Amino acid sequence: MSGAPSPRAQDARYWLSSNRGPLLAAALFVAMFGVFVTEHPAGLSANVVNTAANKGVLLAFVAIAQTLPVLTSGLDLSVGSVFVMANCLASTLIVGTPLQVALGVAIVLASGLLCGVLNGLVVVYGRLQPIIATLATGAIYYGIALWLRPAPGGEVNEDFADFMTGSVGGGIPFSIVVLIGTIVVVWIPYRRSVLGRAAYAVGSSEQAAYMSGVPVARAKLVTYVLAGLFAAIAGLMLTCLTYSGEANALLGGSYTLSSIAAVVVGGTSLYGGSGGAIGTIFGAFVLRTIGDLLFVFDIDPLSQPLFLGIVLLVAVSLGSFRLLKVKKRLDLYR
Amino acid sequence: MTARRWLGGIDRALLAAMACIVVLLVGGALYDANFLSADYLLQQLQVASFLGIVATGVMLVVLLGHIDLSIPWVVTIGGMMSTAAAGHDGPVGSLAIPFAIACGLGIGVVNGIGVAYLRVPSMIFTLATNAIAQGLMVVHTSGFAPQDHATPAMHFLAVERSILGIPNAVWVWAVIGAATVMVLRRTSFGRRIYAIGNSERAVFLSRGNVRRVVLACFALSGACSAFAGVLLAGYSTKAYQAMGDPYLLPAIAAVVLGGTSILGGRGGYLGTVAGVVLVTLLQSILSIVQMPEAGRQVIYGSVIIIMLLIYGRGTKVVS
Repeated sequence: MSGAPSPRAQDARYWLSSNRGPLLAAALFVAMFGVFVTEHPAGLSANVVNTAANKGVLLAFVAIAQTLPVLTSGLDLSVGSVFVMANCLASTLIVGTPLQVALGVAIVLASGLLCGVLNGLVVVYGRLQPIIATLATGAIYYGIALWLRPAPGGEVNEDFADFMTGSVGGGIPFSIVVLIGTIVVVWIPYRRSVLGRAAYAVGSSEQAAYMSGVPVARAKLVTYVLAGLFAAIAGLMLTCLTYSGEANALLGGSYTLSSIAAVVVGGTSLYGGSGGAIGTIFGAFVLRTIGDLLFVFDIDPLSQPLFLGIVLLVAVSLGSFRLLKVKKRLDLYR
Repeated sequence: MTARRWLGGIDRALLAAMACIVVLLVGGALYDANFLSADYLLQQLQVASFLGIVATGVMLVVLLGHIDLSIPWVVTIGGMMSTAAAGHDGPVGSLAIPFAIACGLGIGVVNGIGVAYLRVPSMIFTLATNAIAQGLMVVHTSGFAPQDHATPAMHFLAVERSILGIPNAVWVWAVIGAATVMVLRRTSFGRRIYAIGNSERAVFLSRGNVRRVVLACFALSGACSAFAGVLLAGYSTKAYQAMGDPYLLPAIAAVVLGGTSILGGRGGYLGTVAGVVLVTLLQSILSIVQMPEAGRQVIYGSVIIIMLLIYGRGTKVVS
């Protein structure tokens, strides 16, 4: 016991260093949200929290969808289109009796899964580069969204929508409950499963994973399938928020791009192999809170996109501090 | 230059792209006899030249193994800055074109610094500069369509047909293309671009300045996009919000369909030309048959996937 740290302290230090990204994102979010509620005229009211949660959860789901392929050093540029397509589908199907609503929800989620399967098949068995393949499948999904809903409109069962976007148990936003539920039911079991570990292994080194008998193809396929599912959940939530559907290309595009930003801010490496959904959630919340902060500080709405861009640029450049620790210049290059 | 080298690798993609172009031309001619008229084809080439100039910059960056997602708003910056400068009288107005290109170059340099010196993944860094470019333009125009107009020089370059009845925009693309081929094939800078795409480490170890080459390519990509924006503004005599949005996917698709590996290090400019013509023809056919936008998107995406499945696939064995 003389001087050497106990095993438990070592474990804690290892845990801290391997979760630095998510912890930083969480700390940043707590600080920013703290400033937001103190500056907000209404303070920490259930309404303010609920609105913020609904917006944050929407991006969080799309960003989790993006996280999965990124873990395998892939990318899914179609998440925004699947999100919009699910929105259009939900605005058509989720009406009528509770049974019909349940069936509609199931179909919407299944359609997301199907999009994910197509992405996965094209990338894994078609052996196309994920960037270009999902860019192209994204165009297909957007086309389907436009076909489902050429003009904005549609409707959704209002009881269901209000329940999804309301709050339960005295002020806890239900959207947060859905998010935590999805994490507990889908993400954590996945992370601990063979395929989940395989996804991290593939992201670290596909060759080594292949040589070690890791099911590379199946692991990659499943990440794209789950990405489709998460993007569809986000589309469902959007429909509950807006009570309507719209094949909005700009919205899809901005969600795709924000999802990549959220993944990076949440501490997941774009080169794959490290990070996870929890960090991504905080990354998404951070991005959303930036927008809220600009609002409460009365920044001219016209200069808000510029501020968002600068914050994003600074955030992604902060990672460059690691360069100071690089000793051999050769290590800078791939 | 053995026959094997000409037939294998890059040139198989080029042949496939050429074959697809022929199929599209025949298909278009069967639907409408006017499709093969010289006038219509020249008009297509004119539209293609804007995409071609954007794709030239995209190709330089893709050859390095990077990607430039700031294309949409750099194109818009090119359009808006040139029309804004054109609004002034005197020397400022006549320098509209170089001024706009310099603005695009500036964004490109920022991209290059971020990717080459700060080592931020190009995808996320150019995404951020795209957001900043958008922010700058929203502030510049206060969110409305700017009330400026194109200069005569811009109109001349984008619309008029001075030599042999061929649109000037096509000549501009030809000049830029020829310069690109010369740089890629005949200069050490061009060879280094390919080398970096294959192995940055090898270039570094052989005393090549990796960072300066990467910076230069991103700067050129920004300049190309801005120049395309200038021509677009000259073509439609105005600049508008998000005018560059329809150029990102087609430009990347054209480069990749032309046989350039998205991982970098492989690809020829002729392939990119074929890819640009292919994408333009595909878009024009879909609009001729009056396909609704929904079907157009689905077919567009499917065709790109199918063509890539035919000849753009990666290697099978992990090695």
